[in-house]
Amino acid sequence: MNAEALLLSLRLAATVSLLLLFFALPLAYALAFLKWPGKFLVESIVALPLVLPPTVLGFYALIAMGPRGPLGKLWQSLFGHSLAFTFAGLVIASLVYSLPFAVQPLVTAFESLDRRLLDASAVLGASNARTFFRIILPLAWPGVLTSLVLSFAHTLGEFGVVLMVGGNLPGVTRTVSIDIYDRAQALDYAGAQQTALLLLAVCFLVLSLVYAVNRRVWSPWPVR
Amino acid sequence: MALNDKMIAELSFRARFLREETAFSWIQISRSARNDRAVGLVFLACVLMFAPISLHAQTIRIAAASDLQFVLPELAAQYEKQSGMKLTLTFGSSGNLFAQIQNGAPFDLFLSADTSYPHKLIEASQGDADSYDLYALGFLVIWLPVGSPVDLKVQGYRALLDARIRKIAIANPEFAPYGRAAVSALRNAGIYEQVKTKLVFGENVSQAAQFVQSGGADAAIISRSLALSPPMKSGNRYELEAMQFTPLEQAAVILKSSANKAAAKDFMEFLRTPAASEIWKSHGYLVAPKPPAGFTR
Repeated sequence: MNAEALLLSLRLAATVSLLLLFFALPLAYALAFLKWPGKFLVESIVALPLVLPPTVLGFYALIAMGPRGPLGKLWQSLFGHSLAFTFAGLVIASLVYSLPFAVQPLVTAFESLDRRLLDASAVLGASNARTFFRIILPLAWPGVLTSLVLSFAHTLGEFGVVLMVGGNLPGVTRTVSIDIYDRAQALDYAGAQQTALLLLAVCFLVLSLVYAVNRRVWSPWPVR
Repeated sequence: MALNDKMIAELSFRARFLREETAFSWIQISRSARNDRAVGLVFLACVLMFAPISLHAQTIRIAAASDLQFVLPELAAQYEKQSGMKLTLTFGSSGNLFAQIQNGAPFDLFLSADTSYPHKLIEASQGDADSYDLYALGFLVIWLPVGSPVDLKVQGYRALLDARIRKIAIANPEFAPYGRAAVSALRNAGIYEQVKTKLVFGENVSQAAQFVQSGGADAAIISRSLALSPPMKSGNRYELEAMQFTPLEQAAVILKSSANKAAAKDFMEFLRTPAASEIWKSHGYLVAPKPPAGFTR
C-alpha cells in the first residue's frame, strides 16, 4: 500500500473540506435566508458538479489552469510557475468539484431551523452576525459536520478531475484513487486491492459518523 | 486622558459581562454539540497534515511510456543505488504525457514509446534538442492467456481471425505508439479489416494488457516487455517480428523547463551502460545503436 499517496489524499481532503466550509457558510447563509434575484441560477451552479462528468470539470480546469489559461497566467505572474499539475491546482479543482457536498447540507440545515428563534434573536436586538454565531451555527451544527465530512469524503474519492489536472506526480498529485488505477494498470492487483479496501473502510466509517450524528437530530421517528 | 472612577467601573463591568458572555456561549455550543471534541481532533489532525511532505533535494521526475512499466522501476532502483539520486516515475500513454508536458507538467525527462512526441516537443522548443536520444528498441507481441482455445504456435497471427477470439485489446492508436504499431502490424498482415470490429482500446499499452490479463479481452497486441512481466509471463506469446514488423524506436528528451538537466542527462547515460543493457534485454528490449551526436530533424 502506498502511504505517500494516502497521506497526500488525506492532506488534499482536509485542505479542501476546511477551505470549503469557509466559502460554503456565507454562501449557504445567502441561499437559505436572503432574498435576491437570480438565486436559482447560483443554486444551479452550486449543484452543477453533482451531475457534470468529472472529465468535463477536469477538462475545463486543465484549460483554465494551464500556462495559457486565465487562472494559470494569473498564478504564473504571482508565483512563477503554472497551476496545472501542482497540489494547489488540485485543491482549486477539488473546491469546485466538492462544492455541492459542502453547501447543500448547510442549506438544508439552515432552512430547517425554527424561524421564530431567529426572529426572537432579532427582536432582542442581536445583530445578524451575532444571531448567526449564537443561534444558527450551534443549532445547525450537525449540518456543519455533515458538510465538512461529506466534502472530505468526496474529495478523498475523486478520480476523474485529479487524473485530468493532476498529472499523476508521486508525492504531489498522485492520490490514492490514482494509485489504485496505477496498481491495476501495473497488473499489481494485490496492491490495488489493499488500497481500495482501505478507501472503502475509510469512506464507510466517515458516512457512518455522519448518519450517527444526524440520526439524533433529523430522525423521521421520535428519538425518545 | 486620565481614567476616572466612573470609567473604570464601567470598563470592569463590561469586561465581566464579556467574560460571562463568552463563557455562556461556550457552554451553549458544547451543549448543543456533543461532537465538539471529535471535531477538535479532526481539526488537529488537519493541522498536522498541513506539514509539507518533504521531497528529496535531488529528484529526477520521469514521464515514461507505459510499456516501461516493469523495466523502468528495475533500472531506476539500480540507478538510485549507485547514484544516491531519487527518481519518481509517472507512467501513461506517450500522447497523454506529451499533452501534459505541453500544459506545463513539471517533469525533467520524457521517455516516449516513439520518436514523434519527443520531436514535437523539440519543435515546440519545450524539449532540449541536444539531449535527444534513442534509448531502446521495443517489440510488439500477440498475447493470449493460458487456456485460450486457439493455438498461436500453430496458427500464428491468423489465430486472431478465429471466431472464438471475440475481443482483441490494443492501446489507443490515437495517442499510444504501441496502439499505432499494432494497427499498422495488422494492416501489414492484411487482416486489419477483418479484426477491426474486435478491437478494444486501452488508454495505454499497459491497460490493454490489463484488459486481457483480467479476462475482459481474449487476446492483446502489446509490448514484449509487458508480455515478459511476471504477471503475464505464463501466457502464450507470438512475436510480431514474423510479420516483418520493424521495432519501435523509443526516444527520450530532457525538458527545457527542467531544473535538473545534469542529473537527467546522467540518468540517460546510465541507460546505455552495460549493466542497464542487461536489464533492457531481460525485459525484451534491444538497446538502440548510438546515433550521431545531436538532434537531426
